[in-house]
Amino acid sequence: MDVLIYLIPIALFLGLLGLAGFLWSLKSGQFEDLEGAKWRILEDDDLDVPAEKKTSES
Amino acid sequence: MNVHARDWDAFVTPAEEGAVHMDLAVEGITCAACMGEIERGLSRLPGIRKARVNLTSQRLAVDWDTGQTGADEIVAELSRLGYTAHPFDPASQKDRQDQTGKNLLRCMAVAGFAGMNIMLLSVSVWSGNATDITPETRDFFHWLSALIALPTVAYSGRPFFKSAFTALRAGRLNMDVPIVIGVTLAVGLSLIQTMQHQHHAYFESAVMLLFFLLVGRYLDHNMRGRTRSFAENIAALKAEVAARIGADGSVREVPLSKIESGDMVLVMAGDRVPVDGVVVDGRSEIDQSLVTGETVLHPVGKGTQVYAGTLNGDGTLKVRVSAATGATLLDEVNRLLETATQAKSLYVRLADRAAQLYAPIVHGAAAVTFAGWMLAGADWQPALVIAISVLIITCPCALGLAVPAVQVVASGQLFKSGVLLNSGDAIERLSDVDTIVFDKTGTLTTAEPCLLDKAQLSDELLALAGRLALSSRHPLSSALVKASGALRPFGSVSETPGAGIETTVDGFALRLGSPAFCGVPDAEIGALLMMHPGASVIAVKHGAEPAVLLPLRQSLRQDAVAVMRELSGLGYQLEILSGDREGAVRAVADELGLANWQAEVKPGDKIAHLEVLKQQGRKVLMVGDGLNDAPALAGAHVSLSPVTAVHLSQAAADAVFLGDKLQPVADALQISRRARRAIEQNLWISALYNVVAVPIAVAGLVTPLMAAVAMSASSIAVTANALRLRWGDGGSTRTEL
Repeated sequence: MDVLIYLIPIALFLGLLGLAGFLWSLKSGQFEDLEGAKWRILEDDDLDVPAEKKTSES
Repeated sequence: MNVHARDWDAFVTPAEEGAVHMDLAVEGITCAACMGEIERGLSRLPGIRKARVNLTSQRLAVDWDTGQTGADEIVAELSRLGYTAHPFDPASQKDRQDQTGKNLLRCMAVAGFAGMNIMLLSVSVWSGNATDITPETRDFFHWLSALIALPTVAYSGRPFFKSAFTALRAGRLNMDVPIVIGVTLAVGLSLIQTMQHQHHAYFESAVMLLFFLLVGRYLDHNMRGRTRSFAENIAALKAEVAARIGADGSVREVPLSKIESGDMVLVMAGDRVPVDGVVVDGRSEIDQSLVTGETVLHPVGKGTQVYAGTLNGDGTLKVRVSAATGATLLDEVNRLLETATQAKSLYVRLADRAAQLYAPIVHGAAAVTFAGWMLAGADWQPALVIAISVLIITCPCALGLAVPAVQVVASGQLFKSGVLLNSGDAIERLSDVDTIVFDKTGTLTTAEPCLLDKAQLSDELLALAGRLALSSRHPLSSALVKASGALRPFGSVSETPGAGIETTVDGFALRLGSPAFCGVPDAEIGALLMMHPGASVIAVKHGAEPAVLLPLRQSLRQDAVAVMRELSGLGYQLEILSGDREGAVRAVADELGLANWQAEVKPGDKIAHLEVLKQQGRKVLMVGDGLNDAPALAGAHVSLSPVTAVHLSQAAADAVFLGDKLQPVADALQISRRARRAIEQNLWISALYNVVAVPIAVAGLVTPLMAAVAMSASSIAVTANALRLRWGDGGSTRTEL
């Protein structure tokens, strides 16, 4: 049972980590537009598409 | 598109590092492609720091450097991309960040994560109790659970503590009171049992209960927030702004909240009058249908009182905003509205009624259990433990979810059929209704006038008249444009103010305007008005051909007849109460086949009539849009108003419906009846659950594992029953009642 000394703090830490992650995502506005977020993953803006885009922009 | 500059300072708010921020409601964002198009389009402008579209609320947030670009360029770029955008008045947007929703979500997250960790420990204890756990390990696990549970309950329980405290202080009982008692006792008992090295503790029950209830509460809040933000968008798109004439004669568009009494406001032809005031300069005709329900146009000139919400005709007016003098129609409406709101009996929600029944029974059962075990010779301490376990097992988990779960699903259904709820208990009150009172103008009929009779008009002449009408901003002209579908205006058009417009086509004069302008004798107009009572008449004349008269009137909503038949088929009693003249009301009532109608009703009389119906024990649904309906909307048992209604009426109504059809009214009644049934079923499910669980608890046989399983099972049963509303018939209407 000595292994509990490690396991329980690890379990609690992981739980807190999950909670902190959730609160961070809430604070940074990731829950404000759930409808938009599911479409944004399909946008290609973040890809570094070469040449053509840059020339048309400039 | 505006002829005068907008005063943007009133709409933007300063952001960090010298940038400014503005929120806009954007019309026409329907898909993800629009989102990308707008964001890319705007980021091409110089000085834009951030442009982000929120697809859920159909809004755009922009941050930019004032030095490099301006709000005008942003709106211009949006309209070049094909989107109409209107800024939000920051004054009307108090709750932009939705603090309550975020707070609930945070509470829910804490309860959820804490619940998972405690459950991890609890499952170990339960399996250990059956096998070989040492008392030291069990105590250690219980203390750890307490360490997690106590701060969690203190943090996540706040929404319930607050609401229960408010209710108790007001001398009422609501659902949160038994919830708070249950949670507090569960935690307290567990703490004592932990100290006494007992086998069982109920920490996970308390935290799980909070988690389930917070989920219900958050969903409920979210649904209401969605309705609210949608309503705000509509308000912004209606552009509640006024063109203020400054001291130097410059005209600037400012939000209504910045207009003060004594200001001068410019009202262009064809615009809605934004404020109440007195005409200082100009001459025009005013369509008061939204205010009084009357469809006939009224001439106005210097010194005439005009009301917010009325539609200006073909002249430009300068209006001085007047303070409330206590004598205008608006003042009378406001006074009636106030008394109606005060007189409205406080509606006790089903959930609260259930709580009032539930709390004494459950707490009584616990007391009896304690007394019973004492009499049976048990020590006071085990007797107390059993009594508290009765409270825990009957924990109002299912009861707390029974109503919100149904309300969330039902308001989603209503949202889909175009009904936005203003008040939380509107669904319950809608289901009580047995009588429906309609206003005529703008409710049974459309808000805009349309062409009644095309028979005498050749297609050719209609097309010509429509093209000519494009050059006029008179409200009747826009109806003609719509009827003809004309797109190309004529090049040179001359206007005779207050009479009509004229141009030359194929060498012949083409005239559109008042019958006198086209040389029509009065007798002919009289004959036409016999056929179409209450209609406004204009005429069109081309060359030497005889002039053709065009009757225009607000026509019935296209599905009005069908909806009336459906509603009376379902057993609702239908009535019309209109401020319009008798002939116009009779025509509508005849067409709809309604026997009960009253015309030329004043706002005060509408309330009085509702009062009479109330005395007869009827539950009245009032449907209306005009300023004159506002007090009746507030005074009725429940009320609906179309989205075209004046602001005051929308605020007074319990729900708002969208679109040109009347079907949402029938849908709302239908959905609310089914929701009511589902709520009642849910309350019975939780009652049944208690009937089974309480005897087990009274007998002292409950373990924490049983409490956890029972709680989850009853919550799932109640939620599933609520979801059945959606599966039932896919949101379509017309089924069994």
